[in-house]
Amino acid sequence: MSHPGLLTACAAMLRRDLTLAWRRRGDIAMPVLYALIVTMLFPFALGPEDTLLQRIAGGVVLVTVLLAMLLALDAMFSSDIEDGSLEQLVLAPQPLALMLGMKILAHWLTTALPLIVIAPLLAAMLHLPGAVIPVLLLALLLATPLLSLLGAVLVALTAGTRRSGMLLALMLLPLCVPAVIFAAGAVAAAQQGLPWLAPIAWLGAALVLAVVLAPLACAAALRIALDA
Amino acid sequence: MSSWIPLWLHKLGSPPTFYRFAGSLRPWAMALALLFGAIALYGGLVLAPADYQQGDAYRIIFIHVPSAWMSMFIYAVMGVAAFIALVWRLKLAEVVAMESAPIGAAFTFITLVTGSLWGKPMWGTWWTWDARLTSELVLLFLYLGVIGLYHAFEDRRQGARAAAFLAIIGIINVPIVHFSVNWWNTLHQGSTINVFGQSKISWDMLWPLLSMVLATKFYYIASLFRRVRTDLLALEGGKDWVRKIAESESRQ
Amino acid sequence: MSALQTFLAMGGYAVYVWPAYAVFFIVLIVDSIAPRLRRRRVLRELRARIARQSSRQDRVRQDRAASNPITTPPSL
Repeated sequence: MSHPGLLTACAAMLRRDLTLAWRRRGDIAMPVLYALIVTMLFPFALGPEDTLLQRIAGGVVLVTVLLAMLLALDAMFSSDIEDGSLEQLVLAPQPLALMLGMKILAHWLTTALPLIVIAPLLAAMLHLPGAVIPVLLLALLLATPLLSLLGAVLVALTAGTRRSGMLLALMLLPLCVPAVIFAAGAVAAAQQGLPWLAPIAWLGAALVLAVVLAPLACAAALRIALDA
Repeated sequence: MSSWIPLWLHKLGSPPTFYRFAGSLRPWAMALALLFGAIALYGGLVLAPADYQQGDAYRIIFIHVPSAWMSMFIYAVMGVAAFIALVWRLKLAEVVAMESAPIGAAFTFITLVTGSLWGKPMWGTWWTWDARLTSELVLLFLYLGVIGLYHAFEDRRQGARAAAFLAIIGIINVPIVHFSVNWWNTLHQGSTINVFGQSKISWDMLWPLLSMVLATKFYYIASLFRRVRTDLLALEGGKDWVRKIAESESRQ
Repeated sequence: MSALQTFLAMGGYAVYVWPAYAVFFIVLIVDSIAPRLRRRRVLRELRARIARQSSRQDRVRQDRAASNPITTPPSL
Protein backbone atom coordinates (compact mmCIF):
# COMPACT_ATOMS: atom_id res chain seq x y z
CA MET A 1 0.00 0.00 0.00
CA SER A 2 1.46 3.32 -1.00
CA HIS A 3 0.76 6.50 0.89
CA PRO A 4 -0.06 9.65 -1.03
CA GLY A 5 2.75 12.19 -0.99
CA LEU A 6 2.93 14.87 1.66
CA LEU A 7 1.93 17.66 -0.68
CA THR A 8 -1.13 15.73 -1.89
CA ALA A 9 -2.15 15.07 1.68
CA CYS A 10 -1.72 18.71 2.65
CA ALA A 11 -3.73 19.88 -0.34
CA ALA A 12 -6.49 17.35 0.41
CA MET A 13 -6.63 18.46 4.03
CA LEU A 14 -6.86 22.12 3.06
CA ARG A 15 -9.50 21.42 0.41
CA ARG A 16 -11.59 19.39 2.83
CA ASP A 17 -11.61 22.07 5.53
CA LEU A 18 -12.33 24.85 3.08
CA THR A 19 -15.20 22.86 1.53
CA LEU A 20 -16.66 22.21 4.98
CA ALA A 21 -16.39 25.89 5.84
CA TRP A 22 -17.98 26.87 2.52
CA ARG A 23 -20.95 24.61 3.20
CA ARG A 24 -21.60 26.58 6.39
CA ARG A 25 -21.11 30.03 4.92
CA GLY A 26 -23.26 31.61 7.63
CA ASP A 27 -20.65 30.76 10.25
CA ILE A 28 -17.99 32.68 8.33
CA ALA A 29 -20.13 35.81 8.41
CA MET A 30 -20.65 35.73 12.18
CA PRO A 31 -17.24 37.03 13.35
CA VAL A 32 -17.42 39.77 10.70
CA LEU A 33 -20.85 40.88 11.93
CA TYR A 34 -19.62 40.73 15.51
CA ALA A 35 -16.63 42.95 14.72
CA LEU A 36 -18.88 45.45 12.89
CA ILE A 37 -21.30 45.69 15.80
CA VAL A 38 -18.57 46.07 18.43
CA THR A 39 -16.88 48.82 16.41
CA MET A 40 -20.23 50.55 15.95
CA LEU A 41 -20.76 50.61 19.73
CA PHE A 42 -17.62 52.64 20.45
CA PRO A 43 -18.81 55.96 18.95
CA PHE A 44 -22.10 55.53 20.79
CA ALA A 45 -20.29 54.95 24.07
CA LEU A 46 -17.58 57.60 23.70
CA GLY A 47 -19.29 60.28 21.64
CA PRO A 48 -18.72 61.09 17.97
CA GLU A 49 -15.71 63.43 18.35
CA ASP A 50 -13.26 62.85 15.51
CA THR A 51 -10.07 63.45 17.50
CA LEU A 52 -10.98 60.99 20.26
CA LEU A 53 -12.09 58.28 17.83
CA GLN A 54 -8.96 58.78 15.73
CA ARG A 55 -6.76 58.32 18.78
CA ILE A 56 -8.33 55.02 19.76
CA ALA A 57 -9.14 53.68 16.25
CA GLY A 58 -6.06 51.47 15.79
CA GLY A 59 -6.35 49.83 19.19
CA VAL A 60 -10.11 49.33 18.92
CA VAL A 61 -9.84 47.64 15.52
CA LEU A 62 -7.07 45.33 16.77
CA VAL A 63 -8.86 44.33 19.96
CA THR A 64 -12.14 43.86 18.09
CA VAL A 65 -10.48 41.57 15.55
CA LEU A 66 -8.81 39.66 18.39
CA LEU A 67 -12.13 39.14 20.19
CA ALA A 68 -13.89 38.13 16.98
CA MET A 69 -11.17 35.55 16.35
CA LEU A 70 -11.47 34.30 19.91
CA LEU A 71 -15.18 33.79 19.30
CA ALA A 72 -14.50 31.57 16.31
CA LEU A 73 -11.51 29.78 17.83
CA ASP A 74 -13.62 27.40 19.87
CA ALA A 75 -14.96 25.79 16.70
CA MET A 76 -11.53 25.04 15.24
CA PHE A 77 -11.45 21.35 16.12
CA SER A 78 -14.85 20.79 17.75
CA SER A 79 -16.70 19.26 14.78
CA ASP A 80 -13.71 17.05 13.97
CA ILE A 81 -13.64 15.80 17.54
CA GLU A 82 -17.36 15.08 17.50
CA ASP A 83 -17.29 12.96 14.34
CA GLY A 84 -13.98 11.32 15.24
CA SER A 85 -12.04 12.50 12.19
CA LEU A 86 -9.45 14.14 14.42
CA GLU A 87 -8.57 10.76 15.90
CA GLN A 88 -8.18 9.40 12.38
CA LEU A 89 -5.80 12.25 11.70
CA VAL A 90 -3.75 11.38 14.78
CA LEU A 91 -3.44 7.80 13.49
CA ALA A 92 -2.66 8.83 9.89
CA PRO A 93 0.83 8.09 8.54
CA GLN A 94 1.40 11.75 7.64
CA PRO A 95 3.05 13.91 10.35
CA LEU A 96 0.31 15.24 12.60
CA ALA A 97 1.93 18.65 13.01
CA LEU A 98 1.83 19.27 9.26
CA MET A 99 -1.82 18.23 8.99
CA LEU A 100 -2.72 20.47 11.93
CA GLY A 101 -0.79 23.28 10.30
CA MET A 102 -3.05 22.90 7.27
CA LYS A 103 -6.13 22.97 9.49
CA ILE A 104 -4.87 26.14 11.15
CA LEU A 105 -4.25 27.68 7.74
CA ALA A 106 -7.78 26.81 6.66
CA HIS A 107 -9.16 28.27 9.86
CA TRP A 108 -7.17 31.47 9.35
CA LEU A 109 -8.40 31.75 5.76
CA THR A 110 -12.03 31.38 6.80
CA THR A 111 -12.13 33.54 9.95
CA ALA A 112 -9.22 36.00 9.99
CA LEU A 113 -9.07 36.85 6.30
CA PRO A 114 -12.67 38.18 6.14
CA LEU A 115 -11.89 40.26 9.23
CA ILE A 116 -8.79 41.71 7.57
CA VAL A 117 -10.86 42.50 4.48
CA ILE A 118 -13.36 44.56 6.46
CA ALA A 119 -10.69 46.10 8.73
CA PRO A 120 -10.35 49.22 6.49
CA LEU A 121 -14.09 49.71 6.86
CA LEU A 122 -13.87 49.39 10.64
CA ALA A 123 -10.95 51.82 10.67
CA ALA A 124 -12.86 54.28 8.48
CA MET A 125 -15.85 54.13 10.84
CA LEU A 126 -13.53 55.46 13.54
CA HIS A 127 -11.90 58.05 11.23
CA LEU A 128 -8.46 56.47 11.16
CA PRO A 129 -6.38 58.49 8.64
CA GLY A 130 -6.11 56.75 5.27
CA ALA A 131 -2.32 56.84 5.31
CA VAL A 132 -2.22 54.62 8.40
CA ILE A 133 -4.53 51.93 7.02
CA PRO A 134 -1.78 50.06 5.11
CA VAL A 135 0.22 49.79 8.33
CA LEU A 136 -2.88 48.54 10.14
CA LEU A 137 -3.43 45.91 7.46
CA LEU A 138 0.21 44.84 7.61
CA ALA A 139 0.01 44.56 11.40
CA LEU A 140 -3.18 42.52 11.12
CA LEU A 141 -1.67 40.28 8.44
CA LEU A 142 1.16 39.40 10.83
CA ALA A 143 -0.76 39.40 14.12
CA THR A 144 -3.82 37.33 13.13
CA PRO A 145 -1.88 34.22 12.00
CA LEU A 146 0.08 34.50 15.24
CA LEU A 147 -3.18 34.47 17.18
CA SER A 148 -4.53 31.57 15.13
CA LEU A 149 -1.38 29.54 15.80
CA LEU A 150 -1.29 30.30 19.53
CA GLY A 151 -5.02 29.72 19.78
CA ALA A 152 -4.74 26.37 18.01
CA VAL A 153 -2.34 25.07 20.67
CA LEU A 154 -4.76 26.06 23.42
CA VAL A 155 -7.80 24.71 21.57
CA ALA A 156 -5.95 21.42 21.21
CA LEU A 157 -5.27 21.42 24.96
CA THR A 158 -8.97 21.85 25.74
CA ALA A 159 -9.97 19.22 23.16
CA GLY A 160 -10.79 16.66 25.84
CA THR A 161 -13.01 18.97 27.89
CA ARG A 162 -16.63 19.93 27.49
CA ARG A 163 -16.84 23.52 28.70
CA SER A 164 -14.08 25.52 27.09
CA GLY A 165 -15.36 28.92 25.90
CA MET A 166 -14.40 31.18 28.81
CA LEU A 167 -11.47 28.99 29.73
CA LEU A 168 -10.03 29.50 26.26
CA ALA A 169 -10.25 33.28 26.69
CA LEU A 170 -8.56 33.06 30.09
CA MET A 171 -5.72 31.02 28.59
CA LEU A 172 -5.28 32.96 25.36
CA LEU A 173 -5.46 36.56 26.57
CA PRO A 174 -2.20 36.51 28.59
CA LEU A 175 -0.43 34.85 25.66
CA CYS A 176 -1.53 37.44 23.12
CA VAL A 177 -0.43 40.50 25.15
CA PRO A 178 2.85 40.86 23.20
CA ALA A 179 1.11 40.52 19.83
CA VAL A 180 -1.41 43.23 20.74
CA ILE A 181 1.30 45.53 22.06
CA PHE A 182 3.45 45.32 18.93
CA ALA A 183 0.56 45.50 16.45
CA ALA A 184 -1.04 48.47 18.20
CA GLY A 185 2.40 50.00 18.70
CA ALA A 186 3.07 49.91 14.96
CA VAL A 187 -0.26 51.59 14.19
CA ALA A 188 0.25 54.24 16.89
CA ALA A 189 3.76 54.97 15.65
CA ALA A 190 2.53 55.34 12.06
CA GLN A 191 -0.21 57.68 13.27
CA GLN A 192 2.33 59.90 15.01
CA GLY A 193 4.62 59.87 11.98
CA LEU A 194 7.28 57.81 13.75
CA PRO A 195 9.12 54.84 12.20
CA TRP A 196 6.89 51.78 12.55
CA LEU A 197 9.10 49.12 11.04
CA ALA A 198 10.61 47.84 14.31
CA PRO A 199 7.39 46.54 15.91
CA ILE A 200 6.34 45.05 12.57
CA ALA A 201 9.69 43.28 12.41
CA TRP A 202 9.18 41.92 15.93
CA LEU A 203 5.74 40.65 14.92
CA GLY A 204 7.24 39.02 11.85
CA ALA A 205 9.95 37.34 13.92
CA ALA A 206 7.33 36.04 16.37
CA LEU A 207 5.22 34.78 13.48
CA VAL A 208 8.15 32.88 11.92
CA LEU A 209 8.87 31.28 15.27
CA ALA A 210 5.20 30.41 15.79
CA VAL A 211 4.82 28.93 12.28
CA VAL A 212 7.63 26.50 13.06
CA LEU A 213 6.85 25.70 16.70
CA ALA A 214 3.09 26.07 17.11
CA PRO A 215 2.02 23.14 14.87
CA LEU A 216 4.46 20.88 16.75
CA ALA A 217 3.15 22.12 20.11
CA CYS A 218 -0.39 21.74 18.81
CA ALA A 219 0.26 18.12 17.87
CA ALA A 220 1.80 17.39 21.27
CA ALA A 221 -1.11 19.09 23.05
CA LEU A 222 -3.65 17.15 21.01
CA ARG A 223 -1.97 13.85 21.86
CA ILE A 224 -2.16 14.76 25.56
CA ALA A 225 -5.78 15.87 25.39
CA LEU A 226 -7.07 12.92 23.36
CA ASP A 227 -5.12 10.23 25.18
CA ALA A 228 -7.67 8.72 27.52
CA MET B 1 15.10 5.59 33.89
CA SER B 2 18.85 5.92 33.88
CA SER B 3 20.97 4.58 36.70
CA TRP B 4 22.54 7.85 37.84
CA ILE B 5 19.43 8.68 39.80
CA PRO B 6 19.94 7.22 43.27
CA LEU B 7 17.57 4.54 44.48
CA TRP B 8 16.16 6.59 47.36
CA LEU B 9 14.93 9.18 44.87
CA HIS B 10 13.04 6.48 42.97
CA LYS B 11 11.50 5.33 46.22
CA LEU B 12 10.55 8.88 47.14
CA GLY B 13 8.66 9.13 43.89
CA SER B 14 6.26 6.39 44.92
CA PRO B 15 3.06 7.78 46.46
CA PRO B 16 3.00 5.88 49.80
CA THR B 17 6.64 6.68 50.55
CA PHE B 18 6.19 10.33 49.69
CA TYR B 19 3.00 10.46 51.73
CA ARG B 20 4.87 9.33 54.84
CA PHE B 21 7.91 11.50 54.06
CA ALA B 22 5.76 14.63 53.55
CA GLY B 23 3.74 13.82 56.65
CA SER B 24 6.81 13.69 58.87
CA LEU B 25 8.41 16.81 57.39
CA ARG B 26 5.34 19.03 57.17
CA PRO B 27 4.97 19.98 60.89
CA TRP B 28 8.64 21.00 61.01
CA ALA B 29 8.27 23.18 57.91
CA MET B 30 5.17 24.81 59.35
CA ALA B 31 6.88 25.41 62.70
CA LEU B 32 9.90 27.00 60.98
CA ALA B 33 7.57 29.13 58.85
CA LEU B 34 5.76 30.42 61.93
CA LEU B 35 9.03 31.01 63.80
CA PHE B 36 10.72 32.94 61.00
CA GLY B 37 7.46 34.75 60.26
CA ALA B 38 7.13 35.90 63.87
CA ILE B 39 10.78 37.04 63.95
CA ALA B 40 10.29 38.92 60.68
CA LEU B 41 7.11 40.60 61.88
CA TYR B 42 8.74 41.73 65.13
CA GLY B 43 11.87 42.92 63.36
CA GLY B 44 10.01 44.59 60.53
CA LEU B 45 7.14 46.23 62.36
CA VAL B 46 8.73 47.06 65.71
CA LEU B 47 12.54 47.07 65.56
CA ALA B 48 13.29 48.48 62.10
CA PRO B 49 13.38 52.29 62.01
CA ALA B 50 11.05 54.27 59.76
CA ASP B 51 12.41 55.07 56.30
CA TYR B 52 13.56 58.69 55.98
CA GLN B 53 11.74 59.08 52.65
CA GLN B 54 8.74 56.77 52.87
CA GLY B 55 8.05 56.92 56.59
CA ASP B 56 6.32 53.82 57.91
CA ALA B 57 4.63 52.95 54.62
CA TYR B 58 7.74 51.09 53.48
CA ARG B 59 6.95 48.37 56.04
CA ILE B 60 4.74 46.75 53.41
CA ILE B 61 8.02 45.66 51.77
CA PHE B 62 8.36 42.89 54.37
CA ILE B 63 5.41 41.03 52.88
CA HIS B 64 5.34 42.46 49.36
CA VAL B 65 8.83 41.50 48.22
CA PRO B 66 8.86 37.96 49.69
CA SER B 67 5.43 37.31 48.10
CA ALA B 68 6.67 38.59 44.73
CA TRP B 69 9.70 36.31 44.93
CA MET B 70 7.51 33.37 45.90
CA SER B 71 5.12 34.02 43.01
CA MET B 72 8.01 33.58 40.57
CA PHE B 73 9.79 30.85 42.51
CA ILE B 74 6.63 28.73 42.68
CA TYR B 75 6.06 29.19 38.95
CA ALA B 76 9.59 27.92 38.34
CA VAL B 77 8.96 24.90 40.60
CA MET B 78 5.70 24.27 38.79
CA GLY B 79 7.47 24.50 35.43
CA VAL B 80 10.16 22.00 36.43
CA ALA B 81 7.58 19.62 37.90
CA ALA B 82 5.44 20.02 34.78
CA PHE B 83 8.42 19.16 32.58
CA ILE B 84 9.19 16.05 34.64
CA ALA B 85 5.50 15.10 34.56
CA LEU B 86 5.37 15.33 30.77
CA VAL B 87 8.68 13.60 30.06
CA TRP B 88 8.66 10.79 32.62
CA ARG B 89 4.93 10.68 33.38
CA LEU B 90 5.66 10.64 37.08
CA LYS B 91 2.43 10.82 39.06
CA LEU B 92 4.07 12.67 41.93
CA ALA B 93 5.44 15.38 39.61
CA GLU B 94 1.96 15.94 38.18
CA VAL B 95 0.53 16.34 41.67
CA VAL B 96 3.33 18.70 42.78
CA ALA B 97 2.86 20.87 39.67
CA MET B 98 -0.90 21.08 40.03
CA GLU B 99 -0.91 21.69 43.77
CA SER B 100 1.74 24.41 43.44
CA ALA B 101 -0.54 26.45 41.20
CA PRO B 102 -3.10 27.58 43.85
CA ILE B 103 -0.32 28.52 46.31
CA GLY B 104 1.46 30.48 43.58
CA ALA B 105 -1.78 32.21 42.62
CA ALA B 106 -2.32 33.14 46.29
CA PHE B 107 1.15 34.70 46.53
CA THR B 108 0.68 36.52 43.20
CA PHE B 109 -2.62 37.91 44.45
CA ILE B 110 -0.97 39.08 47.69
CA THR B 111 1.81 40.72 45.68
CA LEU B 112 -0.66 42.65 43.53
CA VAL B 113 -2.83 43.80 46.44
CA THR B 114 0.03 44.80 48.76
CA GLY B 115 1.81 46.44 45.83
CA SER B 116 -1.17 48.61 45.09
CA LEU B 117 -1.65 49.42 48.80
CA TRP B 118 1.99 50.51 48.82
CA GLY B 119 1.73 52.39 45.54
CA LYS B 120 -1.17 54.60 46.60
CA PRO B 121 0.70 56.62 49.28
CA MET B 122 4.06 56.49 47.43
CA TRP B 123 3.18 57.25 43.81
CA GLY B 124 -0.34 58.56 44.36
CA THR B 125 -1.93 55.81 42.29
CA TRP B 126 -3.19 52.29 42.95
CA TRP B 127 -1.92 50.93 39.67
CA THR B 128 0.50 51.81 36.92
CA TRP B 129 1.17 49.93 33.71
CA ASP B 130 4.78 49.29 34.51
CA ALA B 131 6.53 46.20 33.11
CA ARG B 132 6.88 44.54 36.51
CA LEU B 133 3.29 45.13 37.52
CA THR B 134 1.91 44.03 34.18
CA SER B 135 4.06 40.89 34.18
CA GLU B 136 2.82 40.06 37.67
CA LEU B 137 -0.78 40.46 36.50
CA VAL B 138 -0.13 38.23 33.49
CA LEU B 139 1.45 35.72 35.88
CA LEU B 140 -1.78 35.66 37.89
CA PHE B 141 -3.78 34.96 34.72
CA LEU B 142 -1.35 32.19 33.77
CA TYR B 143 -1.81 30.58 37.19
CA LEU B 144 -5.59 30.87 36.86
CA GLY B 145 -5.44 29.38 33.36
CA VAL B 146 -3.45 26.39 34.63
CA ILE B 147 -5.89 25.86 37.53
CA GLY B 148 -8.90 26.26 35.23
CA LEU B 149 -7.59 23.84 32.61
CA TYR B 150 -6.73 21.26 35.28
CA HIS B 151 -10.26 21.32 36.66
CA ALA B 152 -11.92 21.29 33.21
CA PHE B 153 -10.93 17.67 32.63
CA GLU B 154 -12.88 14.83 34.18
CA ASP B 155 -9.82 12.60 34.32
CA ARG B 156 -7.46 14.18 36.86
CA ARG B 157 -4.22 12.82 35.42
CA GLN B 158 -5.11 13.87 31.88
CA GLY B 159 -6.03 17.32 33.18
CA ALA B 160 -2.72 17.49 35.03
CA ARG B 161 -0.76 16.69 31.86
CA ALA B 162 -2.67 19.25 29.76
CA ALA B 163 -2.24 21.93 32.44
CA ALA B 164 1.46 21.03 32.74
CA PHE B 165 1.82 21.70 29.02
CA LEU B 166 0.13 25.09 29.50
CA ALA B 167 2.47 25.89 32.39
CA ILE B 168 5.48 25.30 30.14
CA ILE B 169 4.02 27.54 27.43
CA GLY B 170 3.53 30.17 30.16
CA ILE B 171 7.19 30.00 31.17
CA ILE B 172 8.17 30.96 27.64
CA ASN B 173 5.55 33.71 27.66
CA VAL B 174 6.52 35.61 30.82
CA PRO B 175 9.87 37.02 29.57
CA ILE B 176 8.28 37.94 26.23
CA VAL B 177 5.52 39.85 28.02
CA HIS B 178 8.08 41.59 30.21
CA PHE B 179 10.14 42.61 27.19
CA SER B 180 7.16 43.79 25.16
CA VAL B 181 5.72 45.87 28.03
CA ASN B 182 9.13 47.46 28.52
CA TRP B 183 9.17 48.36 24.83
CA TRP B 184 5.61 49.64 25.09
CA ASN B 185 6.56 51.86 28.05
CA THR B 186 9.33 53.53 26.08
CA LEU B 187 6.77 54.27 23.37
CA HIS B 188 4.26 55.84 25.76
CA GLN B 189 6.66 57.85 27.85
CA GLY B 190 5.28 59.89 30.69
CA SER B 191 3.28 57.12 32.24
CA THR B 192 6.42 55.40 33.49
CA ILE B 193 7.33 55.66 37.11
CA ASN B 194 10.62 54.46 38.42
CA VAL B 195 9.24 51.78 40.69
CA PHE B 196 12.33 50.62 42.48
CA GLY B 197 15.08 53.20 42.64
CA GLN B 198 18.62 52.01 43.14
CA SER B 199 18.96 52.29 46.87
CA LYS B 200 20.99 50.38 49.36
CA ILE B 201 18.88 48.84 52.04
CA SER B 202 20.21 49.02 55.60
CA TRP B 203 20.84 45.92 57.66
CA ASP B 204 18.06 46.80 60.13
CA MET B 205 15.58 46.49 57.29
CA LEU B 206 17.30 43.68 55.44
CA TRP B 207 17.28 40.97 58.10
CA PRO B 208 13.50 41.02 58.72
CA LEU B 209 13.07 40.87 54.95
CA LEU B 210 15.34 37.82 54.65
CA SER B 211 13.61 36.20 57.60
CA MET B 212 10.25 36.65 55.89
CA VAL B 213 11.69 35.21 52.67
CA LEU B 214 12.64 32.09 54.65
CA ALA B 215 9.22 32.02 56.31
CA THR B 216 7.38 32.09 52.98
CA LYS B 217 9.63 29.34 51.59
CA PHE B 218 8.88 27.10 54.56
CA TYR B 219 5.21 27.99 54.37
CA TYR B 220 5.20 26.91 50.72
CA ILE B 221 6.77 23.57 51.63
CA ALA B 222 4.23 23.00 54.40
CA SER B 223 1.24 23.99 52.30
CA LEU B 224 2.46 22.04 49.27
CA PHE B 225 3.01 18.87 51.33
CA ARG B 226 -0.45 19.08 52.86
CA ARG B 227 -2.03 19.54 49.45
CA VAL B 228 0.03 16.78 47.84
CA ARG B 229 -0.88 14.35 50.62
CA THR B 230 -4.57 15.08 50.18
CA ASP B 231 -4.31 14.73 46.42
CA LEU B 232 -2.45 11.43 46.69
CA LEU B 233 -5.22 10.05 48.91
CA ALA B 234 -7.83 11.10 46.36
CA LEU B 235 -5.88 9.77 43.36
CA GLU B 236 -4.91 6.44 44.91
CA GLY B 237 -8.31 5.89 46.53
CA GLY B 238 -8.58 2.21 45.58
CA LYS B 239 -5.13 1.15 46.80
CA ASP B 240 -4.43 -0.71 50.01
CA TRP B 241 -2.16 1.85 51.68
CA VAL B 242 -4.86 4.50 51.33
CA ARG B 243 -7.49 2.18 52.81
CA LYS B 244 -5.29 1.54 55.80
CA ILE B 245 -4.90 5.28 56.37
CA ALA B 246 -8.64 5.86 56.01
CA GLU B 247 -9.42 3.10 58.51
CA SER B 248 -6.76 4.13 61.04
CA GLU B 249 -7.94 7.76 60.96
CA SER B 250 -11.56 6.75 61.50
CA ARG B 251 -10.59 4.88 64.66
CA GLN B 252 -8.99 7.97 66.17
CA MET C 1 -0.10 59.14 72.72
CA SER C 2 0.90 55.80 74.14
CA ALA C 3 3.52 53.61 72.52
CA LEU C 4 0.87 51.20 71.27
CA GLN C 5 -1.10 53.99 69.66
CA THR C 6 1.99 55.29 67.86
CA PHE C 7 2.71 51.78 66.70
CA LEU C 8 -0.82 51.28 65.39
CA ALA C 9 -0.83 54.67 63.68
CA MET C 10 2.19 53.66 61.55
CA GLY C 11 3.21 57.29 61.08
CA GLY C 12 -0.09 58.09 59.43
CA TYR C 13 0.11 55.17 56.97
CA ALA C 14 -2.04 52.78 59.03
CA VAL C 15 -4.75 52.70 56.34
CA TYR C 16 -2.25 51.17 53.92
CA VAL C 17 0.04 49.08 56.10
CA TRP C 18 -2.52 47.17 58.14
CA PRO C 19 -4.81 46.17 55.25
CA ALA C 20 -1.74 44.91 53.40
CA TYR C 21 -0.80 42.69 56.35
CA ALA C 22 -4.43 41.64 56.75
CA VAL C 23 -4.61 40.52 53.12
CA PHE C 24 -1.34 38.60 53.51
CA PHE C 25 -2.61 36.68 56.54
CA ILE C 26 -6.18 36.13 55.35
CA VAL C 27 -5.08 34.73 52.00
CA LEU C 28 -2.51 32.42 53.59
CA ILE C 29 -4.95 31.23 56.27
CA VAL C 30 -7.54 30.43 53.60
CA ASP C 31 -4.82 28.69 51.61
CA SER C 32 -3.92 26.47 54.56
CA ILE C 33 -7.48 25.72 55.68
CA ALA C 34 -8.82 24.76 52.24
CA PRO C 35 -6.70 21.59 51.83
CA ARG C 36 -7.48 20.58 55.43
CA LEU C 37 -11.21 20.59 54.67
CA ARG C 38 -10.61 18.81 51.40
CA ARG C 39 -8.60 16.11 53.15
CA ARG C 40 -11.44 15.53 55.59
CA ARG C 41 -13.92 15.22 52.70
CA VAL C 42 -11.68 12.82 50.76
CA LEU C 43 -11.25 10.58 53.79
CA ARG C 44 -15.00 10.62 54.50
CA GLU C 45 -15.77 9.60 50.92
CA LEU C 46 -13.13 6.88 51.09
CA ARG C 47 -14.58 5.42 54.28
CA ALA C 48 -18.08 5.55 52.79
CA ARG C 49 -16.83 3.68 49.73
CA ILE C 50 -15.08 1.05 51.81
CA ALA C 51 -18.23 0.58 53.94
CA ARG C 52 -20.39 0.28 50.82
CA GLN C 53 -18.10 -2.30 49.26
CA SER C 54 -17.91 -4.47 52.35
CA SER C 55 -21.68 -4.32 52.89
CA ARG C 56 -22.27 -5.27 49.26
CA GLN C 57 -19.94 -8.24 49.62
CA ASP C 58 -21.83 -9.31 52.72
CA ARG C 59 -25.18 -8.96 50.94
CA VAL C 60 -24.01 -10.93 47.92
CA ARG C 61 -22.87 -13.73 50.21
CA GLN C 62 -26.19 -13.74 52.09
CA ASP C 63 -28.22 -13.58 48.87
CA ARG C 64 -26.40 -16.55 47.47
CA ALA C 65 -26.96 -18.52 50.62
CA ALA C 66 -30.65 -17.58 50.76
CA SER C 67 -31.80 -17.80 47.14
CA ASN C 68 -29.80 -20.73 45.83
CA PRO C 69 -30.16 -23.46 48.40
CA ILE C 70 -29.92 -26.15 45.67
CA THR C 71 -26.77 -24.93 43.91
CA THR C 72 -25.15 -24.17 47.22
CA PRO C 73 -24.83 -27.45 49.09
CA PRO C 74 -25.93 -27.11 52.72
CA SER C 75 -22.70 -28.62 53.87
CA LEU C 76 -20.77 -25.53 52.74
